[in-house]
Amino acid sequence: MSTPLNGRARTLRLAVIGLGIAALGASFAYAAGWIGPQRLTPQRIIDTFEAQAGHYPGYRKNHAKGLCVSGYFDSSGQAASWSRARVFSQSRVPVIGRFAIGGANPFSADASVATRSLALQFSSDDGQRWRTGMNTPPVLAVSDAAGFYEQVLASTPDPATGKPDPAALQAFFARHPESAAFRQWARDYKPSDSFASSAFNSINAFRLVDAAGKVQYVRWSLQPHSDFAPLPAQVDDRNFLQHDLQQRLAKGPLRWTLRLTLAGADDPVDDPARPWPVTRQQVDAGTLVIDHVDAPEQGECRDLNFDPLILPDGIQASADPILAARSAAYAESFNRRSRETALGAHP
Amino acid sequence: MNLHPSTRFHPLARLLHWLMAVLILTMLFVGVSMVADLSPRHPWLVSLHKAIGLALLVLVVLRIATRLRYATPPLPSDLPRLQQWAAKASHLLLYGLMLGMPLIGWGMQSAGGYPLPWQLPAIAPHDLRLYALLRALHGWLAYLLFATVLVHIAAALVHGFVRRDGVLRSMWPGR
Repeated sequence: MSTPLNGRARTLRLAVIGLGIAALGASFAYAAGWIGPQRLTPQRIIDTFEAQAGHYPGYRKNHAKGLCVSGYFDSSGQAASWSRARVFSQSRVPVIGRFAIGGANPFSADASVATRSLALQFSSDDGQRWRTGMNTPPVLAVSDAAGFYEQVLASTPDPATGKPDPAALQAFFARHPESAAFRQWARDYKPSDSFASSAFNSINAFRLVDAAGKVQYVRWSLQPHSDFAPLPAQVDDRNFLQHDLQQRLAKGPLRWTLRLTLAGADDPVDDPARPWPVTRQQVDAGTLVIDHVDAPEQGECRDLNFDPLILPDGIQASADPILAARSAAYAESFNRRSRETALGAHP
Repeated sequence: MNLHPSTRFHPLARLLHWLMAVLILTMLFVGVSMVADLSPRHPWLVSLHKAIGLALLVLVVLRIATRLRYATPPLPSDLPRLQQWAAKASHLLLYGLMLGMPLIGWGMQSAGGYPLPWQLPAIAPHDLRLYALLRALHGWLAYLLFATVLVHIAAALVHGFVRRDGVLRSMWPGR
């Protein structure tokens, strides 16, 4: 064993150790994003939602206004040859879900928001869970998280009018030609008078894996069985869609067909802005039946994060960067609202 | 140099120490970067975090058993009382955090209503308030663990290269 060091050698060695520890600490701070270039983080996206729409403790930070529902999924068995996920072979799978309108304000008028959503959790008898969040548009205006953030900023409401600045939106669309399909949808979109008659789309692509391990890329949608009727031009009830849903479910269950669209060999499977040709093969995987709606801010869906990457064996994520960003941002929203709830907020 | 066995940790203890050292540092960096990341790396980092977390839980149980089974080399007798106490306290804290962090992570995922990987059972009820508490604990204790690891590394290096008292050697790999 050597003797302890003294004098300059000791000082030098202590300094080197100190520097090494400081470097390790600094690299941790860099990994956390506390130092270094400013990055687009889930926190920044949620901060921006709250800066635009207001701070509503305890509520989801996007698609804040919604209702919990429940029902079941009757599988047709037709998708079982494409995916080994139990939901596609089990005859009846319990489902809980949530109908919502887009935006971070839980007090928006239902008829004022174009985007509607349906989030679902399928609980199959093998103990696996499948969560999916679907929206009325079939595509996004952007292909990645940076583009999405730009779109959010361009949609900042003007304090004077309460609406986004049309010039800023136009400039955004001009910078993002990949938004063509979304703009076309927005031009043609005729909002229906009910969640029940709305179609909902996965937007992002996923991978189905069959029992032999063969992969097929798909998008899915829910096609309503209820007949379309246009949303009236003048709607005075701020909770129009919620009241409509409650009235319809009081009379009987509502149904949608879960339709899988199979990607062709050259279809973009990692770009949510680009639609696939309408001629693609479709598989009707079964029927979603919703037969119960809970009171506002009640029900099983409330305390769930409908992270679209919660997938059962037999369904996998695609490389679509928006899918990863959604997962990260949903987690941040869930963390914040659970913290707010723990601190006493009542949504 | 052929040291007396009692001046070194048992080879199994040393193996577990270095294996867990690498995994814990990886875990801390993965954890702190994944929560601020929304790139396609995000889901991959989350899966990695859960896999390493479970591995660390198994390893720490083994490690505690090893620690209880085999005698540990004594600290140098000329070490000041306060430093002896600090060494013991910081090791107790490290063991507590090594055991607590994966359990809190597991409990937090359970309380958040998240499906658990490898069909593990939930170890806490689905409860948003409990989730919030465990999520906050998981984050703050991670910072405490990282700070304790920094102090631990600094102390080990001072023992090895300044005091040169055999403490670093007692945990060093090899014969």
